[in-house]
Amino acid sequence: MSKNFSLRSLLVRPEVATFLMFLAIMIGFYIANERFLDARNIRIVMGITPEYIIVAIGIAILMISGEFDLSVGSVFALVPMTIVQMVHQGIPPWFAIFLGLMIGMIVGFVNGFITLRFGIPSFIATLGMLYIARSLTTVATAGFPPPFPHILPNELFVYQFELFRASLYWALLVAVVLGVMLHRSNVGNWIYATGGDQNAASSMGIKTGNVKMFCFILCGFLAGFAGMIQTFRLEAPLPSQGYLLELESIAAAVIGGVSLFGGIGTVFGAVIGAILIRFLESGIIMARIDAEWFRAGLGSLIIIAVVFNTYISRRATRIGQNKAED
Amino acid sequence: MEDIIVCEGLNKYYSGVHALKDLSLKIKKDSVVGLIGDNGAGKSTLIKILSGAHQPDSGHIYFEGNKVKFKSTKEAMNLGIETIYQYSALIPEMSIARNIFIGREQTQYNVGSFGLMKTKTMQDDAMKALTDVELHLRSPDTPVNQLSGGERQGVVIARAMYFKSKVLILDEPTNHLSVKETNKVLKFVEGLKSQGVTSIFITHNLSHVYPIADHLCVMARGEKIADMEKKDTTIDHLTDLLVNG
Repeated sequence: MSKNFSLRSLLVRPEVATFLMFLAIMIGFYIANERFLDARNIRIVMGITPEYIIVAIGIAILMISGEFDLSVGSVFALVPMTIVQMVHQGIPPWFAIFLGLMIGMIVGFVNGFITLRFGIPSFIATLGMLYIARSLTTVATAGFPPPFPHILPNELFVYQFELFRASLYWALLVAVVLGVMLHRSNVGNWIYATGGDQNAASSMGIKTGNVKMFCFILCGFLAGFAGMIQTFRLEAPLPSQGYLLELESIAAAVIGGVSLFGGIGTVFGAVIGAILIRFLESGIIMARIDAEWFRAGLGSLIIIAVVFNTYISRRATRIGQNKAED
Repeated sequence: MEDIIVCEGLNKYYSGVHALKDLSLKIKKDSVVGLIGDNGAGKSTLIKILSGAHQPDSGHIYFEGNKVKFKSTKEAMNLGIETIYQYSALIPEMSIARNIFIGREQTQYNVGSFGLMKTKTMQDDAMKALTDVELHLRSPDTPVNQLSGGERQGVVIARAMYFKSKVLILDEPTNHLSVKETNKVLKFVEGLKSQGVTSIFITHNLSHVYPIADHLCVMARGEKIADMEKKDTTIDHLTDLLVNG
């Protein structure tokens, strides 16, 4: 009986459901085309996925704390663009990288400051930042995308090993460090508490404003870091880079079981969500389905994931209510 | 018996509204004080001041004989005054153990005030804390939203006990609870006395607090209109005060 219960409580964990969905999709596309899972395709897909994983983790943690960031796609372009332009101005590469990542954190800080100081929805504050940061990126190109300066240490971040790129190991490092922070540290407990019920958290002495600010800055940093990796991989800073990425990373988080209302979600879920989206895209192409169906597939996944998670959380609440009536 | 909390001439205005008028109150150690009054009587204002969430515009608070000024709830909690708000005492999606330790996690490998949680110790201590208030739940990992209303109040009280609170302020702890669950909560509160905890029980439902209270305080329109030992009053007299002010 108790074993039975623990299996059921495992199945109702949203990220486990995502993982099952992931397996189903992988098997489905493998049946459609065996080459979907051969080394060549895995190399291609996992070559581009790390960047999305990193952004999705930042978004997931911010969403768990109860806020949104729609500006990640623009920060994803702005940070590498400024790094490249600074190097062209003669700033040493590592110092340029440091300053570039600082810009990502400053954008996160501004997002947090506007949201928290003026008490407006982060959805609006970061929507404004989406346009501002994108506009700054285009301005920074001075009308023409600059060439990639090869003195930048891009191999360290994107070197292609046999199967995976270095960026995947960076993404895994981010996932492990932030996974431990979110699930094992006291800061993680504060993030869940803040997103779960801000009033309760602050009545227990948690500085919820600081917690959210930390998540905003972290999210900006990760978006910039991931954008830098993409530019290093493509060896071309494009002002259009990361277009619509904000929605895709929210999609990854939501598919991975992160609640839109905060307080629920895991790093593992966000990672699986991001990988799932990239393999869905690849699978549709490999199955010789018109690539335009990718967005329809993604849309369906989002809806299925949220409907499922809502059903689960209603059920959990009902258990409590039934007990009260006993 | 000595007084654990003494309030002298507390006043509080909210944008021109005089929410608390010159309130003085003495609370005896190890007693259950029933703070009753209709909506808008100033009960919430008083507890927000006592819990450190708001600061009085004038007046003084003495805790265990010392003059205190709380700038935050954390400061009040550090001295041993813990407040349980009606709706927001627990995070529904989080486990019992995590809820018990919110903001006061047991950590190791600390860097400044950050560290990794000692999950196992927290789980064990959570179960011990629950057992201490006679609450027997299956697992410390159960999310709080799977508990009944009475069990949730039990978890909150267990939390306060675990952190050795001296004063427990309970804001409408029996609201929206069934009769059976209400009795459970009342039993928890009554049990606090013998463990050296003073409780301030805020309610507009006299019949809930009357059986367990030692002392009753009635508020109306921001003022204290009655303040007496239970032995000096009757439920009819209190009802009359509550209804007619």
